Formats: sequence, C-alpha cells, structure tokens
Amino acid sequence: MEHLNGSDGVEVVVNLPKEKVEQINAICNSFDNDPQELINVLHETQHLFGYLPAEVQDVIAHNLHVPVAHVYGVVTFYSYFTMIPRGEHPISVCTGTACYVRGAEKVLEEFKKELHIKVGETTPDGRFSINCLRCVGACGLAPVVLVGEKVYGRVSPDGVKAILAEYNK
Amino acid sequence: MIRLTIDKKTIEVEPGTTILKAARKAGVEIPTLCHFELCDMGIENKPGGCRICVVEVEGRRNLAPSCITEVQEGMVINTHNIRVLNARTTVLKLIISDHPFDCLVCAKSGDCELQELARQFGIRTVPYGGEQSHYRKDTSPSIIRDVDKCIMCRRCEMMCNEVQTVGALSAVNRGFMSVVAPAFEMNLEDSPCTYCGQCVSVCPTGALTEVDHTNEIIRALSDPKKTVVVQTAPAVRAALGEEFGLEPGTLVTGRMVSALRELGFDHVFDTDFSADLTIMEEGTELLQRLRGHLAGDPNVRLPILTSCCPGWVNFFEHNFPDLLDVPSTAKSPQQMFGAIAKSWFADRIGVERKDLVVVSIMPCLAKKYECQRDEFSVDGNPDVDFSISTRELAAFIKQANIDFLNLPEGDFDDPLGESSGAGVIFGNTGGVIEAACRTAYELHTGKRLEKVEFEALRGMEGIRSATVDFDGLPLRIGIAHGLGNARKLLDEVREGRSQYHAIEIMACPGGCIGGGGQPFHHGNSEILARRAAAIYSEDERKTIRKSHENPSIIRLYREFLGEPGSHKAHSLLHTEYFPKNNEVTINMQS
Repeated sequence: MEHLNGSDGVEVVVNLPKEKVEQINAICNSFDNDPQELINVLHETQHLFGYLPAEVQDVIAHNLHVPVAHVYGVVTFYSYFTMIPRGEHPISVCTGTACYVRGAEKVLEEFKKELHIKVGETTPDGRFSINCLRCVGACGLAPVVLVGEKVYGRVSPDGVKAILAEYNK
Repeated sequence: MIRLTIDKKTIEVEPGTTILKAARKAGVEIPTLCHFELCDMGIENKPGGCRICVVEVEGRRNLAPSCITEVQEGMVINTHNIRVLNARTTVLKLIISDHPFDCLVCAKSGDCELQELARQFGIRTVPYGGEQSHYRKDTSPSIIRDVDKCIMCRRCEMMCNEVQTVGALSAVNRGFMSVVAPAFEMNLEDSPCTYCGQCVSVCPTGALTEVDHTNEIIRALSDPKKTVVVQTAPAVRAALGEEFGLEPGTLVTGRMVSALRELGFDHVFDTDFSADLTIMEEGTELLQRLRGHLAGDPNVRLPILTSCCPGWVNFFEHNFPDLLDVPSTAKSPQQMFGAIAKSWFADRIGVERKDLVVVSIMPCLAKKYECQRDEFSVDGNPDVDFSISTRELAAFIKQANIDFLNLPEGDFDDPLGESSGAGVIFGNTGGVIEAACRTAYELHTGKRLEKVEFEALRGMEGIRSATVDFDGLPLRIGIAHGLGNARKLLDEVREGRSQYHAIEIMACPGGCIGGGGQPFHHGNSEILARRAAAIYSEDERKTIRKSHENPSIIRLYREFLGEPGSHKAHSLLHTEYFPKNNEVTINMQS
C-alpha cells in the first residue's frame, strides 16, 4: 500500500509496494510525465512487469495527469497491452496472411487443446500463455510460432507437443 | 471566402467551414447522429464516426462525412441523391442491428435520436443478423448506464472529459467490443463521476438515463398515513413547459403548482424559499470571512466558494480534497428545505418526522445522490426522501391525465413557498452570487441598494469576473459554469494566485437551467438562453427581490433559528465535506 502525493495535491492510494511504484515513476519521469507519451510509458512498464494491472495503470494516470479511464481505454484498445500476467513461456502464434494460409489456425488449435486455455489466457500454473500476433517478418518460414523470443518455423500441429516438451523438462 | 454549391444552391462561406455548417447556412439540414454542438458554449463533438451525415461531393470517389469535411472552392455537393440516401439507410440499419429493439419500454423513447432517424428514414426491417452486444446494467444513485444501447457516438466521453474534466468515462476495448465505460469497467458509483448528468443530457439514445423515483412518490402519495410535501427548484418552472409543447422560455410556475396540487401533494412549496435561506447563511459566512480577512486574520480562507450545486460538491471532494475548507459550509437549498420541513414545519403541523415525506423537483441528477448522503438524514430518515427531475415530473403529470396547458395558475403554500426574486435567479449561472450580493451589500453597508440587478454578473461566458463596489470596498467576484471552467478557478486557488473574494460555481453549462435533469435541448443553445431570460423575468415580476426581505424567512429566524449563523442554524443548515480518494481496489480475478 503506497500513498502518492502528486503535485496536484490529490492523494491516491494504490495497493503496490513502494519499490514498484518507484520503478513506474522512473519510467514516467524518463518521458517527462508527458501525457502524449502514454503509449511509450505503457510499453516500457509492460516490459518491466510483463503486464499492466489496474494498480499500475493508476500510478501512470496519476503521474501523467490523465484520467485512469483514459489509460484503461488505451490499454484495452491495443492488443499488445495486457492486464493478465503472461506465462513464464509466452507462446505467440502468427496468424498473419502467410502463416494463416499455411495452417496457423490448426497449430493454434493444437496449442489450445494441449494447454487447455484460450487465446489471451495463462495456464493456472503460470508456465504458458497463448497469444496471436500478426506477422513477424519471417513469412518464408510460415507458419511461425514464438515461445519467448525463440522462433519456430514451419510448425505443424503434430510438432506442437515437441515444442512444449522442450519447456516441460 | 469559398464558393460552393450545395443542392444546386450556391453559397459563400469562410474557409475552414465544414460541409455540415455550410449546408445549414444554405438552409439544408443534413441529418447527424454522433455530431453534437452547443455552439454558444464552444462545445462540439465531431468524431466523424457514425457516417449518417455523408454527402456526395462531385468528383470524389467516396461519400464524405459532412461534419468533418471542410469546404473547398468550387465544390458541388448533393446531400440527398439516391446514393447518399442508400448509404444513410445502410448505416442506420447496421447501427440498429446491434441495438436492442425495446423502444416500447425504453426510458428514452420519444426523445431518442436513433429512433427519430429510424422513423425519418422509414426503416421497417433490419436485414443484418448476427451478434449483439450484451453488457451488465450499471445503476448508480443518479444515473443508469445501459450500454447495450450505446452507439459509440462518444458525446458523453466528450462532455465528461473535455467540458467537465471529470474523466469518469472513456471509450474502452476495440472493434465490436468497444464501449464507453469507467476505468476497468467499474461501476459509475466507484468512479470519479460527479453525477452532473451532462452525459445523460447529450446521450442520443437510452444508454445513459436517470434513475426514476416516480413510483416511490406515487406510493407515498397514496399512503393515508403520510403527509407529502414538495419543493420545486427555480430552473424547473423555466423548462417544464417544453415537455408540453410550449415555446422554450415559457414560465409555467402557476400551472406547475396547480399540477402538483392535483397530483395530491399536501403542501406545494418552493426551493426558492430555501434559496433565500441559503443566501442568509452563505451571505453571512461571506461577510464574516471578508471582515476577518480585512482585519488581517491569517486563519480566514478566501475566496469563499458557493456550495449549492451537488455536482460541484462531488467534483471538489474528488479532485480538490486539499481545499475542503474553502467552500461555504452552507447546505444546498434542497437540503436546507428538507432540514426545515422536517423540523420547524413538521412541528407546526403536528406531524412526526417519520410520517412526513419530502419530495423535490430538480433540474438535476446529482440531487438524487445528494439527498441520499448519510449526513443529510436523522436516524436513517432522510431530510429529502425523493428527488425527481423536470423530465420525470412531466411524465408523472401526463400519467395523471392532467391537462397541463389549461390548468389555472396556482400559488405556492405558506410558509415554505414564499420567496424573493433573489431565490429565483439561483437557476442561472451567476444567479447565486448576484442574490448573495443583494443581501450582503445591504447588510455590510447598512444602505439600501438602489438597483438590485448586477448586470456584470450575468451572461453565458464560461468564466466571468466582475468587481462589485460595496460602498468603497471592491468585492472581486469570479463565476464559472461547467466543471472544466471550475477546475481552472480552483487551480488558481490551490496555487495561491486567486484574486477573488467569492466564487460561484455551477457544474452544468448555463447553470441549473442546463441541468442534467432538464428537458433535452438536443444541442440547441437558444433553448438555454431563453430559459435564462425566463428566470430573470420571473425575478423582475417579484415585489420582493432580496432574500433578507422575504417575510417567511424573517419569521423563520424570529420563531426558530435566531440569527443567521446561530448554533441552531449551524446544526440544521450547514454541512461538512469529505475527501473522496480515487483508490483503485480492483480484484483482477473478478
């Protein structure tokens, strides 16, 4: 629980440890607390925390002097931003045009079946999460799957189990 | 100047004019939906999102949205050829395909702009099936959000953020899922919403409406054990007639009183009475603070801020919790009325508090929340039981088969129905401070005010300032209406650079005449101007123009309260304010 006393005199109470609030403050400060930089601030903050929970958005809104409803509006507009913590090994299936025609949908279905979660969700043990993305610029390798930052090319539904096995050792 | 042709009419307009406005100048009214304007107040919403206002510009491949397309030299525009009409019809059908078909039971039926367009365009079938949006209904003490009916025009978002700077509402999510909602889709009640109701007054559909309390009142009226009294706010009489087809600005004070009597209220009283009472208390507080300030007392806070507007009170509790000692502690006229009705008046007529029901008719939605605040009740019994809007009263009168237009002119009952012209002008921006000046001047100088009208305090500009000469003492007064304007004056106070002795603030543009509970003006600012003029004419017609000369007020102090600011007056007529922390307590799993 941290009390923020902004220059506007309005006290906001957030349920975050002091250390995390200070990390967010540092990011906001690096963009001069400029409301125009909201998307960049959200980018860096998500990079740091892995996701953007309500409390984090509140601190950002407070620092940038914008309504938290506005921050939430931006977070929910861009599919890149997420309010759900991503898994330890985030799986991204490319569903861009090239991957799609080469069977990305079937690969995606296989991941969902194996992990028992939907797109945008995280497994209860926090190990895996599934997301879709649109084109990583490796269309020659379609269909493409990313696990963390590792790229897998020409993935077939049959290969899904093997990929997951690498991380289940 | 730019020359162009619209529907074969050639006109000249300033560069930068939109096709929509140029057409209006040429006498061509293009239908709109998301576009909204209150031009005299500089309020405009033009996201160019709905595509109802499309027109054909010769030589252009696509139809142009006229509300955001600027005119160019030599443009030839068709606003109603078959291509345009087909496009509009298709757009309408697509919007309706994701809109409930429950017009029969919709609170907005008859005032809905989408319904009106569907009628105008003769929409009889909607061929597009498929998914419809389903959201939970969000009911707060004042406002209901039923966003299944939201068409994403974003007028409410513009009002809430740009005009009021409240920041409770924002467009969230994307594509088909997009909707206007508070942060984290929390309830309005948990957001920084002030219940000013300006979102409701601009919503084209039934997505935002008021909580209706008419049925509770009907129940109280039919209970023989209850004595039911009613108070009517000043701005109601200047707008109620619009609901019965009368010209905007028609005063219907007498007919309104007769209608309330026919509805069965035992006593028909006037909030103008308690507006006079507010002036006695607030004016006294102003003079006390002013004298303290002039005597060099460092503990005196100036400027004093008016506190009659509940939307404004909510706003500063949310946004300026560090300045809670700046506003006057005087309760609003609605609450002063309730406190006096359930004490002095109840005793006089020998009715127990629990058997007296106080109803208020207000131009306001925040009043619904205000009368439910804990501090305005005694042992769980509220000073004001129910507050309904001008619109709800009109519907109630119609339900009761009352021929409103042909009613005789009734008079308010004594003693809580007697008022001065000063009480009446509370309905207009600048009115409260003008009323306060009329009384404070005479009390401070001991001289008689020759001219009671303070023209310098009147007008429709968002922020106004004037210096009033109190017999050698220049009293600097600030006035703001609309919460965005209020925020600017409050920021000055916070930074210690406010030049004013007293500031009047009203949450709604125009003051109470433009309140969130008034008949819908659909963006016609002329209506607001006429209501304001009606209020001033009611003031002129009064023989008593100053609050301290109201005989019933004089009697109330003599028989019951003692002096303004007395211990008894303080316990009944003053209040305190509470900081509203914008705490985020969202359970991420929910």
